[in-house]
Amino acid sequence: MKKQYDCHKISGGKVTGQLLFSDDGMCFYLIEPKDGKIIEKEHCLYQKSVAGKILVFPYGKGSSVVQADGMYQLKMTGMNPAAMIVVNADTTLAASAIILDAPMVNKMDDDFYKDFHDGDMVELDADNGILRKI
Amino acid sequence: MYLTEEEKKMLEGNYGQGTQLAMKILVAIGEAYDAPKMVPVTRTHVALSNQEADLWFAEKLTAGEAVCRIRPTVNPSFNLEQFQAITDIDREDEEIVKRTHAAYTKLGAIMTYDCTPYLEKNVPRFGEIISFSESSATPFVNSVYGARSNRESAQSALCSAVTGVTPYYGFLLKENRAGQVLVHVEADMEDDFTYQMLGYFAPKKIGFSIPVFEGLTNPSKEALMNLGAQLNTGGNVALYHILGFTPEALTMEDAFQGKKPQYEVTITNNDLKNMREEISDKNGKIDFALYGCPHFTIDQVCTVAEMVKGKKLSVPLFIMTSSLTRSLSQKMGYADIIKTAGGEIVEDTCMDQPCWKFLYGKKGITDSPKCAYYTKRRDMQFIIAPLKESIYAALKGEY
Repeated sequence: MKKQYDCHKISGGKVTGQLLFSDDGMCFYLIEPKDGKIIEKEHCLYQKSVAGKILVFPYGKGSSVVQADGMYQLKMTGMNPAAMIVVNADTTLAASAIILDAPMVNKMDDDFYKDFHDGDMVELDADNGILRKI
Repeated sequence: MYLTEEEKKMLEGNYGQGTQLAMKILVAIGEAYDAPKMVPVTRTHVALSNQEADLWFAEKLTAGEAVCRIRPTVNPSFNLEQFQAITDIDREDEEIVKRTHAAYTKLGAIMTYDCTPYLEKNVPRFGEIISFSESSATPFVNSVYGARSNRESAQSALCSAVTGVTPYYGFLLKENRAGQVLVHVEADMEDDFTYQMLGYFAPKKIGFSIPVFEGLTNPSKEALMNLGAQLNTGGNVALYHILGFTPEALTMEDAFQGKKPQYEVTITNNDLKNMREEISDKNGKIDFALYGCPHFTIDQVCTVAEMVKGKKLSVPLFIMTSSLTRSLSQKMGYADIIKTAGGEIVEDTCMDQPCWKFLYGKKGITDSPKCAYYTKRRDMQFIIAPLKESIYAALKGEY
């Protein structure tokens, strides 16, 4: 395990939280704002909640309005993820995070994906592009 | 990132807080993608959505007195007048339609309320640098016309409309537009519907890469609309190429810009059949039929009119389209034929709007997986079927 893992800022912020890994892409619109649970049946995290988690996923999916609206709704109920770690950030996803002040990074050190698992507690400093285990 | 004097003035607030906010967001996006500078855009399209985040952001810009330098065309919300005649509209929903309209009008948008701006009113040329949101429009302008747009969100496109610029990165650069995966289409692409399934299925095989489709012959404009819309429902594909057909892929050499495909995949009839079975609701009785995601073309309206002419539909049928296409349908007699059969052509309207409350909890039929996907949140079930088969089902009341 390394002391710190480098990544690249998309949208700033510093948070601590539990990691939640998704193998599937994320459409924030198909998350129930009341409890942060994913309502997309085919999704690997179906019925799991993203609330307060540092969500790790490969890419965003969905139309050009639904990411922002999904994130906005979650923010209003406080059921938003604490931060997001993404592999491929398209503009729709990145712009939504920036507009809603939601911390987001990409280009995470490859070792991160080997060394961490669901439930691990980490500190993510998106402004400086650093992740540490705590 | 490098900014011109004019861009710096915007960022420093010389043109008001709205323009300042728009420029701040574009700079943040530019920095996220390591863009060296901004470049001017000559067209914009904003995926107005009439949702809370949309209104929140548009009103934030108007409160800061922003006005668009490059006036955008906009996506549909719902047509208040038409829907008040069809159903009861909640006060809060009426309110948000009016407020969204007022905010965008104040920003200087061109109120087209149409998700297919590339067919009429906002048609770019080859190589033109533009900022288009609406995930079914971006792949069309990029792939079919060879214009250059990133996969903008409604808000980032609106920021570009306000400032007249966009960060220079991604699909704006030729070298980032090369094909990456060669997709052999072995499935029989016999109608526009098979392109829906191809679009929805392909991302499962190609992930985030730029596909070059091989084996597609002369797709119709509707087939291309379907392909782009579903590529961005099943996944996230703002640019694709069709070998020997789209302008940046006339040869294999052009399509991959001289490089080799990273890998090759094959898509068969079976893949598309299984995909459809996975996402479609079970066959049986239906309560309604809903079309126009993306907005129907006049040719699609004509197909419906010809099939229902002189007949009575067993269930209500709705077609969403642009106001221009609806007006044309009236002139050409299609609107009357469809109305007499028990159907309705609605303009300026999207399926993902609260005006459809009277259909919640019911089961419909549509030709569009995108229509079925986003209405999950609204508790609507859909059988997904080819257009003609689904109209036949609407006449019979079951599929």
